[in-house]
Amino acid sequence: MAELIALTPCDGLLPLTIGRLSLTEDLPAAMTSIAPYAGQDMALSTALQAAHGIGFPAINRSTGKAGSRAIWFGQGMALLQGPVAAPVLAEFAALTDQGDAWAVVRLEGRDAEDVLARLVPVDLRRQSFELGHTVRTELAHMMASITRIGPDMFQVLVFRSMARSLVHDLKVAMAAVTARRAGLG
Amino acid sequence: MRINCPNCGERDRREFYVKGAALARPAAAAALEAWHDHVNLRDNPAGELHELWYHEMGCGAWIDVCRNVVSHAVLSTALASAADLGGAR
Repeated sequence: MAELIALTPCDGLLPLTIGRLSLTEDLPAAMTSIAPYAGQDMALSTALQAAHGIGFPAINRSTGKAGSRAIWFGQGMALLQGPVAAPVLAEFAALTDQGDAWAVVRLEGRDAEDVLARLVPVDLRRQSFELGHTVRTELAHMMASITRIGPDMFQVLVFRSMARSLVHDLKVAMAAVTARRAGLG
Repeated sequence: MRINCPNCGERDRREFYVKGAALARPAAAAALEAWHDHVNLRDNPAGELHELWYHEMGCGAWIDVCRNVVSHAVLSTALASAADLGGAR
């Protein structure tokens, strides 16, 4: 058996700092999508609470915090980030390992909203997109999941195969926002 | 054009893919005429039309969108999973 070298999705691309914006890769220990079976929503949420201390997130919301987070991930689905999903959850929901499937990056800085405003057709300003809010939307033609994880911090997920495009598009937008900020003095 | 996704709220048209008219499927044993109608024949109204739209870049829901094809106004949206278009099994 050959020695295989594990590379992260954004290997060689990140971290990146431009002006007062930074982009770093996050590597959750595990990622599992959880899709409750018909009529099992409440039972699943109770089991999730018991096993991991977080409830099943409502639409466009996330629960938990760094290290153990559940984010709404589409119709009838959530993504558990951090802990390995407890086997008991399989009784109420379809569990699918997403560990190697997504590139996870963190965009941080006071102008982070302005960067995303150039790429995303959803209003992500703080008055309408608060801490813990999440959206499934388009980011530069890529299917993305975007969650506000801090006052000036966003977590962005796209398919792993699109990691290079994601970093490129965010980098160009970060540079443009920073240049504009410098031009304004 | 903005479409109100029953899950996500109002979103830009670019997040969606449109399939075509939202039709109730005939039963598997329906007459040939009924299936011919379902597969090939379409109304072409200058007015309100129900269509299936897919929230491809968002939550992945199929949505029954009623819109006016003359004014392009979106009149109503509902989850297709609740629209009972699957026909008799």
